[in-house]
Amino acid sequence: MSALKLERGASSHSAYDLRNPNADVEERHTLAVLVENEPGVLARVIGLFSGRGYNIDSLTVAEVDHSGHTSRITVVTRGTPAVIEQIKAQLGRIVPVHEVHDLTVEGPSVERELGLFKVSGKGDKRVEALRIAEIFRANVVDSTLTSFVFEITGAPEKLDAFADLMRPLGLSDLARTGVAALARGDLAAAPVAGG
Amino acid sequence: MSREMTGARMVVEALRDQGVDTVFGYPGGAVLPIYDEIFQQNDITHVLVRHEQGAVHMAEGYARSTGKPGVVLVTSGPGATNAVTGLTDALLDSIPLVVLSGQVPTFLIGTDGFQEADTVGITRPCTKHNWLVKDTDKLADTLHRAFDVATSGRPGPVLVDIPKDVQFASGTYQPPKAAAPRNPRRDAVASDAVLQLVELLEKAERPILYTGGGVINAGPEASRLLRELADGAGIPVTSTLMGLGAYPASGKNWLGMLGMHGLYEANLAMHGCDLMINLGARFDDRITGRVADFSPGSIKAHVDVDPSSINKVIHVDLPIVGDVGAVLRQIVDLWSSRGRQTNRAALGKWWEQIEGWKAKNCLNFRNSDQIIKPQHAMQRLEALTKGRDRYITTEVGQHQMWAAQYLGFDEPNRWMTSGGLGTMGYGLPASIGVQMAHPEALVINVAGDASWLMNMQEMGTAIQFRLPVKQFILNNERLGMVRQWQQLLHGERYSQSWSDSLPDFVKLAEAFGCKGAQVKDPKDLDDAIQQMIDYDGPFILDVLIEKHENCFPMIPSGKPHNEMLLGEAAELGVIETGGAVLV
Ligand SMILES: Cc1cc2nc3c(=O)[nH]c(=O)nc-3n(C[C@H](O)[C@H](O)[C@H](O)COP(=O)(O)OP(=O)(O)OC[C@H]3O[C@@H](n4cnc5c(N)ncnc54)[C@H](O)[C@@H]3O)c2cc1C
Ligand SMILES: Cc1ncc(C[n+]2csc(CCOP(=O)(O)OP(=O)(O)O)c2C)c(N)n1
Repeated sequence: MSALKLERGASSHSAYDLRNPNADVEERHTLAVLVENEPGVLARVIGLFSGRGYNIDSLTVAEVDHSGHTSRITVVTRGTPAVIEQIKAQLGRIVPVHEVHDLTVEGPSVERELGLFKVSGKGDKRVEALRIAEIFRANVVDSTLTSFVFEITGAPEKLDAFADLMRPLGLSDLARTGVAALARGDLAAAPVAGG
Repeated sequence: MSREMTGARMVVEALRDQGVDTVFGYPGGAVLPIYDEIFQQNDITHVLVRHEQGAVHMAEGYARSTGKPGVVLVTSGPGATNAVTGLTDALLDSIPLVVLSGQVPTFLIGTDGFQEADTVGITRPCTKHNWLVKDTDKLADTLHRAFDVATSGRPGPVLVDIPKDVQFASGTYQPPKAAAPRNPRRDAVASDAVLQLVELLEKAERPILYTGGGVINAGPEASRLLRELADGAGIPVTSTLMGLGAYPASGKNWLGMLGMHGLYEANLAMHGCDLMINLGARFDDRITGRVADFSPGSIKAHVDVDPSSINKVIHVDLPIVGDVGAVLRQIVDLWSSRGRQTNRAALGKWWEQIEGWKAKNCLNFRNSDQIIKPQHAMQRLEALTKGRDRYITTEVGQHQMWAAQYLGFDEPNRWMTSGGLGTMGYGLPASIGVQMAHPEALVINVAGDASWLMNMQEMGTAIQFRLPVKQFILNNERLGMVRQWQQLLHGERYSQSWSDSLPDFVKLAEAFGCKGAQVKDPKDLDDAIQQMIDYDGPFILDVLIEKHENCFPMIPSGKPHNEMLLGEAAELGVIETGGAVLV
């Protein structure tokens, strides 16, 4: 243990600087928020983001432990490092929030999203759509003579790319779940009871 | 021991088990079962307010002056929405409150029932936490948990919404112990951070203690330790508006309040220090001024229970998350065990520099024998009440700042003011809450004419409960603080900043059934103050003061600490438009 080797004023900067887009670079972070599944908990988390002006790129939620009434909220957000720290600290203040994990800094993680894409068309375009779907390992979960519904799972960028390719081929509707994420390796954020 | 009882009975039972002696409230359809239970017991005093906002501010005054949570009971719909301003006020100032609201029966929720409002939805952003209890069996546990959440960690207001059928139904009552807190708060402090702080403190050439409301929140022991550290190490102390009294105003190291209307010596010492130790303060924008220029040459340490307060506004070099009382204990112990060292020579020079700033006498003002100057009124109030068992509340505006500058607080919990939200209408009800908790004390609300009118209906409450609160109104017939800004910032265009058609406060006092007096000649001021103090009952003193007095010192918004306005000089146009967007 020794005294700080701090330079005077070296790190003195302000929230106003932080709002200056040039002062600091925004980063994308995926947060796993483990919450007590009580009424209104999602509203609290969303209200925090809107009330304090933070960004939400994607948000998913589901109960992951039915007996323990624990839900896992996965939020993809963006902000300067200081803002990301604030977001985590503010989430930690919410009473039913048990844990906040920043999967982006805690080590490598996997992110997956599920999408359903409806592509309507005939002739060559229909064949081309089917061919691309195969390349993306998308499943056909519904088909008519004039349409397909593809199901695809992957990183959000993969779904983006799939949508881009399908658009000229008659993409007419789509639904995406938002990101679910877990740390790689054997470290568990929310160890499953009995698991 | 668990027992069967109705939800309404459980409410009273839980309050009793939580040691509650006073509830501030207002009845209505959705809380009638609870009021029925209140009628049938004598342990808890119910203070019938005149407006639910008043109830919440009274509970705040009660809480701040005792360190115990304040308790409020309101009905559904308008009762609950009237409580919203007070809840927000308590949230910003970290005041522990438990507010209980009635709700329409569970089977009517969502049907736009009579006096239905989405109370938990409306109060979610203005409480630390809130609950809608739909099952009588869960009511007792929720109530105990509400007290735990309100008072633990960083204190704050909570709300429990109780539908009427849940009040009527029977369930099992659980006493407090059975309701285990579900997320224990962290109290443990990293000892290496404390060591680093002590090492910095031993070497510092120009240290300063910047203390805030957190020291008050942490209880009287924290204030005692602060005094031990400051006096022992010879470190100057300044405080925010919220922390006044933690270090005594009569103490030798006291610099006075800092910030926008803080003292010259306090702000310059903050600007020029080499080690800033923030104890339970949150780098509010009233303190930092232009953040980029805030104390540019210092190492900053910050002790706070709430991790979100750290690095929120100002990036600090040494964060310590923990209760300020517990951390101070560790600092004092470690510093003592290492021989209580300081950088004596450098400190001597630092104090010389500070004495130079003090010599500016920044609170000097031009007194008058024609008209009462507000600063003079504060000095006389201070002189005539010093040494008494005194509690001060304030409204919001210039008078609030003059009170902070000219009154001296030697103990914590003696100063109740709305800092974060700046709620006009806070002071009168707060004074009532304080007087309920301290029946024998001298409780004075330093008010502005405009603020006072905002909750003046509560005079009825004061009289009903024989609470001898003193209303000391600095009457400038203006919305003085607004007028000051218009003068300095908006070309003296005094848009809507008059108090027109003011009531006759003396007659108003009579109409309420108490006593009032007006004073306008400086030579009558002392007698008038004495009369107010001596009167055995509530008293309204209407002090007619200089109408266009400005409150100085002032750091204009958007300016750094060392660009402070001191006196009456031609201040027109001093605030740049960049600063004008800040409030
Ligand atoms: C008209 C007007 C003018 C004002 N001008 C000024 C001015 O000139 N100067 C000034 O100082 N203020 C002024 N204020 C008040 C200002 O707006 C803020 O309310 C105030 O500065 C905040 O005080 P604080 O930093 O002590 O924080 P508080 O709001 O009291 O917050 C306390 C901090 O301590 C922490 N804390 C709580 N409990 C504990 C504990 N047990 N242990 C450790 N930490 C704890 C909390 O997490 C929080 O971070 C003015 C207000 C008004 C209405
Ligand atoms: C509820 C509310 N509305 C508006 C304001 C804005 N405001 C701040 S100070 C002030 C004027 C206060 O006038 P007064 O109570 O007479 O006090 P003075 O400044 O004259 O001492 C106003 C309108 C506020 N703080 N609170």
